[in-house]
Amino acid sequence: MDTRHAVRARAVTKCFGEVVALDAVDLDVTQGRIHGLVGPNGAGKTTLLGLLLGLAVADAGGLEILGMPVGRAFGVPDGVAGFVDGPGLYPSLTARQNLAALARLRGEDAPTAHVEEALDQVGLTDVADDKARGFSLGMRQRLGLAAALLTRPRLLVLDEPANGLDPAGKRHVHGVLARLAADGTAVVLSSHRMDDLEALCSEVTLLATGRVVFSGPPAKLAAEDRELDYRLRTSDQRAARRLAAETAGIRIVDEPGTRQDTDVLVLRALVPALDELVAAVVRSGVAVRELAPVISPLEAAFLALTDQREEAGR
Amino acid sequence: MSTALADDRAVGARPVSRGYRFELVKLLAQWRIRLLVLACWIAPGLFVAGVAQQSTLPSDTLFGRWMHATGWAGPLVMLGFAGTWALPLLTSLVAGDVFASEDRLGTWRHLLVAVRSPRRIFVAKTLASLTVILVLVAGLALSSTAGGLAAVGGRPLVGLDGHRLASADAAVRVLLAWAAALAPTLALAAIGLLGSVALGRSPTGLLLPPLVALGMQVAQMLPLPVAVRLALPGYAFLSWNGLFTSPVQLAPLLIGVTVSLVWALLATALAYLLFLRRDFTNLAYDGAGRRAITLGLLPLAGLTALTVAVVAVSTPSTGSGITRDKVQRSTATAFAHLYRLQTEQLHRPAVTEARLRTTAACTKSDGQGAQRGAGNDWRCVVTWRLPGVPVPGQAVYQLDVTSDGRFVADGDGPKEVNGYFLLRTPAGDAPNPLWQFDGNVELLDTTSKG
Repeated sequence: MDTRHAVRARAVTKCFGEVVALDAVDLDVTQGRIHGLVGPNGAGKTTLLGLLLGLAVADAGGLEILGMPVGRAFGVPDGVAGFVDGPGLYPSLTARQNLAALARLRGEDAPTAHVEEALDQVGLTDVADDKARGFSLGMRQRLGLAAALLTRPRLLVLDEPANGLDPAGKRHVHGVLARLAADGTAVVLSSHRMDDLEALCSEVTLLATGRVVFSGPPAKLAAEDRELDYRLRTSDQRAARRLAAETAGIRIVDEPGTRQDTDVLVLRALVPALDELVAAVVRSGVAVRELAPVISPLEAAFLALTDQREEAGR
Repeated sequence: MSTALADDRAVGARPVSRGYRFELVKLLAQWRIRLLVLACWIAPGLFVAGVAQQSTLPSDTLFGRWMHATGWAGPLVMLGFAGTWALPLLTSLVAGDVFASEDRLGTWRHLLVAVRSPRRIFVAKTLASLTVILVLVAGLALSSTAGGLAAVGGRPLVGLDGHRLASADAAVRVLLAWAAALAPTLALAAIGLLGSVALGRSPTGLLLPPLVALGMQVAQMLPLPVAVRLALPGYAFLSWNGLFTSPVQLAPLLIGVTVSLVWALLATALAYLLFLRRDFTNLAYDGAGRRAITLGLLPLAGLTALTVAVVAVSTPSTGSGITRDKVQRSTATAFAHLYRLQTEQLHRPAVTEARLRTTAACTKSDGQGAQRGAGNDWRCVVTWRLPGVPVPGQAVYQLDVTSDGRFVADGDGPKEVNGYFLLRTPAGDAPNPLWQFDGNVELLDTTSKG
């Protein structure tokens, strides 16, 4: 029995009729880590999350959850919680009633303390007595997360948990997930928000058409041998432009007609060339005010990998 | 994978009792259900009390003409309405929506993750909807009884054959009548469950119980053979009438209740099978499609055919079950009981039914054609004898006999017996019990002592 891994999947395959939703997928999720699932629509993310929640069973391959092999639907051990396709809430109940009813269903006769704690964790205490019918998407997401937290899960499975969240709500939820992971809970979440995944996940798995095309730390994905576009803002843009033009391995990707003294310079480069440019800019007495990728490295990798597969499929 | 293979002994599956409580909380949190509960516990009482104060009574409804006379008529009038409208609608709104609501809200996955057993979810939902339906039916029965008793009092009730039931006897029979109506209500509820499971979020599922009830009512209005009539689950909404005759018409009542309960069991079992075969991972699920026909419709059609065959073989009645002999016997019996009542009202010397030696000679269509079957062209001449009076009395009635065996006898003279709707009694004017009365022909040939 593997106690280090919350999830251990080997060659998991799942078909719906003639459609292969998951094709020999391997997945390892370590306890106390946040693991991201990335992939275009139809890649198999929700199917995989459904398997982890016990909603379905794999047609082939092996799946261990919290150290126990899972061979049938609803056969996942206690300690697994979460949601797929949005949280399930009952609009005629208040937030507090939704959680209390769920807690009682799970065996708590006096769930008040746990309910209050879960509401507080997701920042919904102020609206605890409001009917869920009037909740925004973001509030529903947070209430769904609170419902999952009620069980004090050891494996938390979340499908697009940041959907509809405002920046404050997102920060709140990220904080909750980070604390859970720090306490030893394994979190598996899917998202189309690459910035969220980069901020939260220690590991990501990239799925395309039911297959794993990458699995590992996001940094490893970003450090692959791939040029990225960067935004550069300095105290002297003309000097920076000149230095960039002189640095080997740097391409200026201004749109045609862009003014030379514009505030932001967009460059395409590998990381070593970029390092060289920054050193040159600083040596020339120009201050670097901003240097950031135009799109996140993870998103770039995602687009590159999925584009490649699409092209290969043509 | 189909969840049919899911083992109910899954690790951490929640007990049915907790699921049942969860489902009750969800049902009772809906304003629609709360409103129904309130309406069922308040409106019938107000309605019955209000109607009992009116000068015009709903005499086209069974026992409606007795609402001034006794409070026990109120719950029976309500039962007549309920069997036609209220109970199909209530079962539709509760059982017909209990599964479909999860489809509408998109909460199936949430529920399955929490409970981890489709079997237990099914049992919990079924029991919770059954509980709510029982609460609603109890409300209809108790509220209408309370309204009737409060407005008029618990005086004796005149039965369908004219004999009087003492207050305690009437109370027991009213209770039994509502209990009998529970059986077809359960059948409709099970059909609601089946529709809710089979048709998903489609509104057709919600409409299924009223549609089936309407179909059954139309069928009962058609001149069907007795075996077919009794084999339909809706017949138990009528067969309670037999509780208010002496002797009690027990056989049709028991057959109606049994058929309804078999329908309830089969439809629930089919809903269960369909539910366990559902693929909850399919987000685009929109009903069981063809499986709803093979696993839903065909077995119920098969049950109907089987029940018709069993009833036809095991009961002696053939055809419509309405014969001249039965019409004559029922009319004469009811007349004799009501004549005795009229005699009391007029403070004439008491006379027993046995001494009246009442007979009726009935013809259909003036004796032309077959002397059997439903129709409003029955005419009966009732003859009776009074002690010490050499000439027998005679009264004429026009009868409207419906296919379910119920009839309304409309007095056609002489005026002093049955030709006028009021009686001039020493205590003032009173309704004439012989002017117009309801009766009932037992469709089966066997009658048990009650």
